[in-house]
Amino acid sequence: MSDRIILAIETSCDETAAAIIRNGHEIVSNVVSSQIESQKRFGGVVPEIASRHHVEQITIVIEETLEKANMQPSDLTAVAVTEGPGLVGALLIGINAAKAFAFAHNLPIIPVHHIAGHIYANALVQPMQFPLLALVVSGGHTELVFMKEHGSFEVIGETRDDAAGEAYDKVARVLNMPYPGGPHIDRLAHEANEGVEFPRAWLDDTYDFSFSGLKSAVINYKHNMDQRGEEIIPEQVAKGFQDSVVEVLTTKTVRAAKEFNVKQVIAAGGVSANKGLRSSLEQAFEKEKIPFTVPPLKFCTDNAAMIGAAATYMYEAGVRGDLSMNGIPGKELKSWI
Amino acid sequence: MIWLGIETSNSPLSIAIVKDGQVLVEIVENVKLTHSVTAMPTIQELFHKAKMKPMDIDAIAVSEGPGSYTGIRIGVTIAKTLAWTLKKPLVGVSSLKVLAANGELFNGIICSLFDARRQNVYAGIYQGTDLETVMEERHTSIDDLLSQLQSLNKPVLFIGSDVENFKENIKEQLGELAIFAPSSITLPRASKLIEVAETKSLPSIEEVHHFVPQYHRLAQAEANWIQDQKKR
Ligand SMILES: [Zn+2]
Repeated sequence: MSDRIILAIETSCDETAAAIIRNGHEIVSNVVSSQIESQKRFGGVVPEIASRHHVEQITIVIEETLEKANMQPSDLTAVAVTEGPGLVGALLIGINAAKAFAFAHNLPIIPVHHIAGHIYANALVQPMQFPLLALVVSGGHTELVFMKEHGSFEVIGETRDDAAGEAYDKVARVLNMPYPGGPHIDRLAHEANEGVEFPRAWLDDTYDFSFSGLKSAVINYKHNMDQRGEEIIPEQVAKGFQDSVVEVLTTKTVRAAKEFNVKQVIAAGGVSANKGLRSSLEQAFEKEKIPFTVPPLKFCTDNAAMIGAAATYMYEAGVRGDLSMNGIPGKELKSWI
Repeated sequence: MIWLGIETSNSPLSIAIVKDGQVLVEIVENVKLTHSVTAMPTIQELFHKAKMKPMDIDAIAVSEGPGSYTGIRIGVTIAKTLAWTLKKPLVGVSSLKVLAANGELFNGIICSLFDARRQNVYAGIYQGTDLETVMEERHTSIDDLLSQLQSLNKPVLFIGSDVENFKENIKEQLGELAIFAPSSITLPRASKLIEVAETKSLPSIEEVHHFVPQYHRLAQAEANWIQDQKKR
């Protein structure tokens, strides 16, 4: 069989990204243009600003991707693009660029779900083993996804309010840490021996998550300390918060892995770069003797290589988009087989 | 010389292919569908009707704004991507000028405008068949625009589908001097966009990467941020 070479484009949030993936796992080139420096001014991602940056960067990023790969459009098998979920105005830049490019070169288009992309980041590192359980944690998502085989997704648990990464950003703001807050909290948490005691939201036997109560508990704690004229110790607050998040995520992931009798557990999404969460999951699954993997950091945060990896399997399964494709900000994760 | 013109700056959609000054195919729609859904299929259909391939065109013209932020970006993203990957020059034309071009035979002042909400408009003032600029295009209050027009003391042709929203106001301020364009010429046409683009010099292909929409307004968050910086 000839090589399947996919140009993938991802613009769902604040990274303008493109990549070329050969046969679903080989990264031929991978370019990410981040807006973090610009968005820092606003303490978070402003959708209108994100869209404006994407339109400035999009052709530059795609060209760099082709040049690094030393490829021409005629070398490509298909064009893949993130269809959703994400910021609608941001998604539309990648989608319309992908459609125009596909039209210009008469290539098929593959619409990819952003979370499927995060999960398939693992296919860039090693072949996926099924049945598989994925914990997807990022600024926009906290989900447990069960996969029987390639292209089959069952969301068995999700957050009922804030995403884990969102809670991290909000708590970071309480502690006067700059955006994005996750890495700062993670670092601070490791500098304390003891954490402030915060609650854990177990939500009974479900695999769902909730982080807004925890976030409020942190805010209340700071407020009470302020009223008493006492100084909080940021390291201890960070550790207390992170311990609560990590314990709930780890416990539920382990329980689901056992119940579904999976052969592999993977973590995906920006928050899976968190050292505290990573080591807790690693230890737990070592004990359970279930293989556990996290892709390297650059494939945890948003990138197009992961979109290209997922798209290759979709291409094989015959999934195609067309020129009327639109951005779907709240797109659900559905099986493609 | 074959041109592709793309106009998505507000809710109407217009795409045209023009060859050596002759309109081969043009579509003008005002059915308020999402440009992201309709623009590319329409472009494909027009190429099909013109019996052409994407590579056959020599240049692309796009309406660069002002207007709906999302609308402008869809047109500009498509135009930029096509121009870059097909290695064709890209010419941007103000969406206000595109609209004003519909009234270029009017012997007087032409004012094209889009509603920008809260009694504000994006407006341009031109005169003559070559659409000479009388006032730089801008985001302004309707009141300021009308008092400026009043001071010119000449007949003014108002053009644009949003003119309706300010009709009473305009009549009150300008009385007999106000003339309202018939609805058949209130939709922007990609063939007019190409006509205006042809009067400009063709930029080099390398400039495509740096092509950006002309919003004529900062994003709200950025405006607030600049205010904050000044206070410090
Ligand atoms: Zn993501």
